[in-house]
Amino acid sequence: MEITKQEVEKVAKLARLELTESEKAAFTKQLSQILTHVETLKQYDTTGVEPTATVLGQVNVFRPDEARPSLPVERAVANAPESADGFFVVPKIIEDRQPL
Amino acid sequence: MSIHKLTLYELHKKFTAGEVTATEIVRAYGLRIGQVESKVKAYITQAKDSVVAQASALAASLKGWRKTAPMMGMPLAIKDNICTEGVATTCASRMLGNFVPPYDATVIRKLREQGYLLLGKTNLDEFAMGSSTENSAFGPSRNPWNLHCVPGGSSGGSAAAVAADECAAALGSDTGGSIRQPAAFCGVVGLKPTYGRVSRYGLIAFASSLDQIGPITKDVTDAAFLLGAIAGHDPLDSTSADVPVPDYMKALKKKDLKKLKIGVPAEFFAEGLDPDVEQAVRAAIEELKALGGTIKEIQLPRTDAAVATYYVIATAEASSNLARYDGVKFGLRAKETKDLLDLYMKTRQEGFGPEVKRRIMLGTYVLSAGYYDAYYGKAQAVRTLIRQDFDAAFHEVDLIVTPVTPTPAFTFGAKSEDPLQMYLSDIFTISVNLAGVPAISLPCGFSQAGLPIGLQLIGRPFEEETLLRAAYAYEQSTQWRMKKPVIR
Repeated sequence: MEITKQEVEKVAKLARLELTESEKAAFTKQLSQILTHVETLKQYDTTGVEPTATVLGQVNVFRPDEARPSLPVERAVANAPESADGFFVVPKIIEDRQPL
Repeated sequence: MSIHKLTLYELHKKFTAGEVTATEIVRAYGLRIGQVESKVKAYITQAKDSVVAQASALAASLKGWRKTAPMMGMPLAIKDNICTEGVATTCASRMLGNFVPPYDATVIRKLREQGYLLLGKTNLDEFAMGSSTENSAFGPSRNPWNLHCVPGGSSGGSAAAVAADECAAALGSDTGGSIRQPAAFCGVVGLKPTYGRVSRYGLIAFASSLDQIGPITKDVTDAAFLLGAIAGHDPLDSTSADVPVPDYMKALKKKDLKKLKIGVPAEFFAEGLDPDVEQAVRAAIEELKALGGTIKEIQLPRTDAAVATYYVIATAEASSNLARYDGVKFGLRAKETKDLLDLYMKTRQEGFGPEVKRRIMLGTYVLSAGYYDAYYGKAQAVRTLIRQDFDAAFHEVDLIVTPVTPTPAFTFGAKSEDPLQMYLSDIFTISVNLAGVPAISLPCGFSQAGLPIGLQLIGRPFEEETLLRAAYAYEQSTQWRMKKPVIR
């Protein structure tokens, strides 16, 4: 399976990864090699075979819906690159508009 | 008496008998780490000051009486992808270079409640992705048997620390062989428990349907001892199994293998297997037979599919798990970004190393529209076939014996430029994770170049006792564990 540089760029965007030109070139080659190997799976007949998502056979694990102690806010935000008043700070998301 | 040369269980007995104190243990390991760490580079973070405080607190709380919590006073090293409250947990990534967890992983809480001593956090391939520690953002660890060789990975720092006597025992994590392969390369014992046997709460996620925490130790007794201290159901991990934890030390009472049927899969002795490895593993199989085991040829016909299946499923899960590193809630944030999207893109560009990016790319690709069924769906179905192979084999035999790796430890740079070759070297360990079964790696000889060789025993789900019993019988009938590396 050969993949193109354009596909690499598309996937990188989906993955929210900015790549350098040399990374794009390397990944185009390496991902093609790896996907070629992955295509060997085609030789295995999986008609009617249930996919395995987990080996334990569990379906849903429930617990009572009760309030429990949790991390205090100041510790929950302690590792944030930027926080203020117990909130995570991010760049402005909503565009400025002229007042109506 | 050299404290650092004792096994975990020997040290436990001396500590319980009052022959050695926590402060003496910390001092002895401080000296040992000071002697060899500059060569081995097993640790990312050494808990030098806090471990002294832990030992003093322990001594004060004991006040003359001796308690027998298994891990009390025991100096352990913890892989740096397992969260330790108040002690940096980096995953060997720039992304988490400054991350200090606000809580303990469940395994750490259990060890802390027993009064263990945290010596430090050990090196790994970034986010546990790799087989050599060469993918660590902080530089590789070295193999104590030959400093020019890799210690294996991803739990290479833990295995190197155990082999170099820089801790009494260590914890690692195993997604595709990351406990067993470095244990084999470093001549120590590594146990990957059954999926669900040990809580993964607080283990920084790589591939959630495969990841499992387990012990890396100086011998099989220690593996049983440490597994007992960390195993069990945990309401905080919905994938942990509500299965009673047996007394693993009792599994070591029997020193023969009578009535045990042991399978040898032909697929694991195919071309590409190093002659020294094959010879050592074949000799070990003869020894298992001499101990009373019945040896039987078996088939695991889908072994060839394991690498491809694994690298689809593991990378798909990783691409999803690692989406959380976005520069907002914790970890690195890129500077000088123009909007939120740019912040995501640049943060992840700066924070992740090449192997992590490669796997995120591969995982995103196989999950993307138009390719999901052809790659991810197909791999999940082949995973079922691989599990069926193991189910069928375990109808015939109680245990499966194989090599851990096709070759002994390789030199730095030997495979780092060719990711597919690096992936293919995981061939003997990854099907175990896909099937979710337990497996142990233990020393079974040395190559002509003097590098350790590992033997893998694979068991039925939740039958770690059978694994430990067979591994112990083999270990006690051979002398491999007596040989120690000379670090130079």
